[in-house]
Amino acid sequence: MNTLALDSKEKTGKNVVNDFSIQVATVNGSGSQSSNNVLMRSIFQMGIPVSGKNLFPSNIAGLPTWFTIRVNKNGYIARKKHIDIMIAMNPQTAIEDVKGLNPGAVCISPIELKLDAVRSDVRHYQVPFAELASKASDNMKLRKLLTNMIYVGVVADLLNIDQTQIDIAITKQFDGKAKAIDLNLNAVKIGREWARENLKKVDQYSVEPMDKTQGKIIIDGNAAAGLGCMFAGVTVVTWYPITPSSSLCESLIDYLKEHRIDKASNKATFAVIQAEDELAAVGMALGAGWAGARSMTSTSGPGISLMSEFVGFGYFTEIPTVIFDVQRVGPSTGMPTRTSQADLMSTFLLSHGDTKHICLLPGSVQECYEMATEAFQIAEMFQTPVFVMTDLDLGMNNWMSEPFKYPTTPINRGKVLTAADLEKAGKFERYADVDGDGIPYRTLPGTDHPLGAYFTRGSGHTAKATYTEKPEDYLYLMDRLAKKFETAKKHVPAPVVDTVSGAKIGIIAFGSSDFAVQESRDQLKEKGLATSYLRLRALPFTAELKQFVDAHDVVYVVEQCRDAQLRDLIRLELPESSMKFKSVLHYNGLPIDADFVTEAIIKGEGK
Amino acid sequence: MTAAPPTNRIGLTLSDYKGAPSTLCDGCGHDAITSQIIRAFYELGIEPHNVAKMSGIGCSSKTPAYFLNRAHGFNSVHGRMPSVATGAALANKHLHLIGVSGDGDTASIGLGQFCHLVRRNIPMIYIVENNGVYGLTKGQFSATADIGSKLKTGVMNELPPIDLCGLAIELGCGFVGRSFAGDPRQLQALIKAAASHKGTAVLDVISPCVTFNNHEGSTKSYKYAKEMETPLHELGFIPFYEQINVDYEPGTVQEVEMHDGSKIRLKKTERDYDATDMVGAIQTIKKAHDEKQFLTGLLYINENKDDFVSMMDTVDESLATLPESMTRPGKDVLESIMKELM
Repeated sequence: MNTLALDSKEKTGKNVVNDFSIQVATVNGSGSQSSNNVLMRSIFQMGIPVSGKNLFPSNIAGLPTWFTIRVNKNGYIARKKHIDIMIAMNPQTAIEDVKGLNPGAVCISPIELKLDAVRSDVRHYQVPFAELASKASDNMKLRKLLTNMIYVGVVADLLNIDQTQIDIAITKQFDGKAKAIDLNLNAVKIGREWARENLKKVDQYSVEPMDKTQGKIIIDGNAAAGLGCMFAGVTVVTWYPITPSSSLCESLIDYLKEHRIDKASNKATFAVIQAEDELAAVGMALGAGWAGARSMTSTSGPGISLMSEFVGFGYFTEIPTVIFDVQRVGPSTGMPTRTSQADLMSTFLLSHGDTKHICLLPGSVQECYEMATEAFQIAEMFQTPVFVMTDLDLGMNNWMSEPFKYPTTPINRGKVLTAADLEKAGKFERYADVDGDGIPYRTLPGTDHPLGAYFTRGSGHTAKATYTEKPEDYLYLMDRLAKKFETAKKHVPAPVVDTVSGAKIGIIAFGSSDFAVQESRDQLKEKGLATSYLRLRALPFTAELKQFVDAHDVVYVVEQCRDAQLRDLIRLELPESSMKFKSVLHYNGLPIDADFVTEAIIKGEGK
Repeated sequence: MTAAPPTNRIGLTLSDYKGAPSTLCDGCGHDAITSQIIRAFYELGIEPHNVAKMSGIGCSSKTPAYFLNRAHGFNSVHGRMPSVATGAALANKHLHLIGVSGDGDTASIGLGQFCHLVRRNIPMIYIVENNGVYGLTKGQFSATADIGSKLKTGVMNELPPIDLCGLAIELGCGFVGRSFAGDPRQLQALIKAAASHKGTAVLDVISPCVTFNNHEGSTKSYKYAKEMETPLHELGFIPFYEQINVDYEPGTVQEVEMHDGSKIRLKKTERDYDATDMVGAIQTIKKAHDEKQFLTGLLYINENKDDFVSMMDTVDESLATLPESMTRPGKDVLESIMKELM
């Protein structure tokens, strides 16, 4: 018998429509990514909110990998802690996978794994995948790939996924390649038909069409950021491959090649260079920024550590560039394919001496796009390296989003003096605070004016950019840099604040924690706990932070690190409130989920 | 009334090519090199505002402040000038880049970046002011110190030197010269020729450190270098704008035409050295080490190599100053990308 009901007397229970999670356990390098995308897209195209997360090893082929799809009618897209439907395709992990399920969960597995013997309190659908795959193709290699589409067919039948949407998703996935489309569609059909004829529905999960994804897009944060860089007018891109940031520059390169070739000359309006290491990548970005390009690089924690010296140089000599940090688990090599927010403090204060940097903290794919564009504006406006800090969860996973908006602000290159400006002004001091905002004027190499040149040095320098070791010169420089940082507070993205009247509890979070916090707040509300929420979008802190903290009795700082880095930065900023803060810290490498936040706050409130 | 100072072909005087007064030790080899840079750029009539002066950290890296005041300068971090120069070259391909580094800056901390700069063939002059020691930190050996060379304290170097010229040739560099701060004529000709080269031009210039490495037992002292210097050829440079034809006895001169029409004339000595033979150049360098010779001149030239910036195939304008109309695609582009993602 292929279908096994529960041992318990309990019947199937209430139908659960459009609210569950599916996890597919496979082996990396087995080609399951396409099938999982098709599954996710088909549901998305039915108008039902979805999110997808790829949990993969730091390995190319042969190790376990899991893809989770969350289907949620309310639009919650954070990770869901418990798996409702497990597709256990990987014999290496199948026993662990099925053991991890809650009683009553669903498990779809190859019949020969005999998983029903492992858990009798799980609803099993056992499928002869090998036999079905032999019908899908004569080619052994293809059979392995098509097995993945067969489970799509089985799931489609069980959940009632609209076949038309699967057809569309497959056509999109295989980009019009007729042969591949036919093979894959056929495999889905084989799975679907076999399920229809042989499986008796014993679970409660299904999908029904909705209208909640109309006009929405699906994209990962790295591609979104890459897109933002292109529309920011980036001209020099330097990078060194590192997980999980590589796909940011790779997406950007694809976009640039397609959309940034000058039509008149058929030549590129950009240059991309794969550097020999991150030391060089950031050096190139700074050299390009100094010479006037909109430059950027992208990396992750280990690269940030390597860039440290140069970033201090950029801060001190006032050179614009944009550095993306797609954070992964550290310290050291850490867990390269797992997510974290633990670079926050070290990046904010990166490099020796008194340094602090503007850091933008996108909390969605849309903000990855928008803040990428904004980062270039801020970097050139303030003549300083600007960090955009995302993480693996945001960067490499697929997220549903509103379509991105075209930038409304023209490109602003900051205080750059041309030869004509110099002629008019009659003088030029590179590091003088002319406007009282701490931001000096600069010229670009190649400026054809006797006053145009200056000397950039990481050693002590005067307002005229000459060498100095004089105490008063150094104080002038450092105090002006501090003033510039103050000015930046008025220009960085302000936090998003939702103050609930009467709420005594405040929550502060940033980045990818946002999805879990939003869902958690609804859960807390159901339990009678009203919360206000401040989602931080940049460092330095802005005035909204103090107002928010003052307005609440207790403030939970939710972050994905061990050492409560954001809480400590807030404490430094607001020492008088330092006893108000409680931490919710999620740092096991998995994306944070709503239940975790809710449980921590309930515990914190003694409820 | 004093006569107006002479001017070059673009109407500038020698002092337009000068920099701030040097703060290096009296007699430092680096100052002699600085003078030849000033002279070479003046005589070539290169527009100083179109030059960018790059350096790392160390005594040598201070020198860009001492020449071409009208050019932007960039004193970067230790050993990392190549990456900054690479970025600047991509941002504005019309700049003439000249980098000045030292043996510590290039052969130790910056060896990796030096190799990759050469490998990419970034168009720039890259001068190594090579004295075999760390001057700013008071005289420790660098990686170019010869085996058996002694510090003032009597400490002997036991490790083999890294030969930056040999390394550059190995990495495919199309212009590699070695000279001596005490040989102004040859040095100036090499700098001028390097300025016409389209790609990385590496000049390893022995530049004695008068304070820490100019004593008996040093192989980078003035005395040693003067006694040992053996030019491979007599080197002449004829810029594209002043073609002079001189008749030479056949076979006595090797003439190399550069991409801009300038010519290098290498008058042969008894060695009969061929500067276009890469394998021969490497052999000559190896042999010179074994026989403790100090050979100077143009070790290797190849004018037929693509430089990295040209390979990027960017628009004619400098990327740095492209208008928004060329760097921000239209709304229609974003809309079509969004449609694909729906």
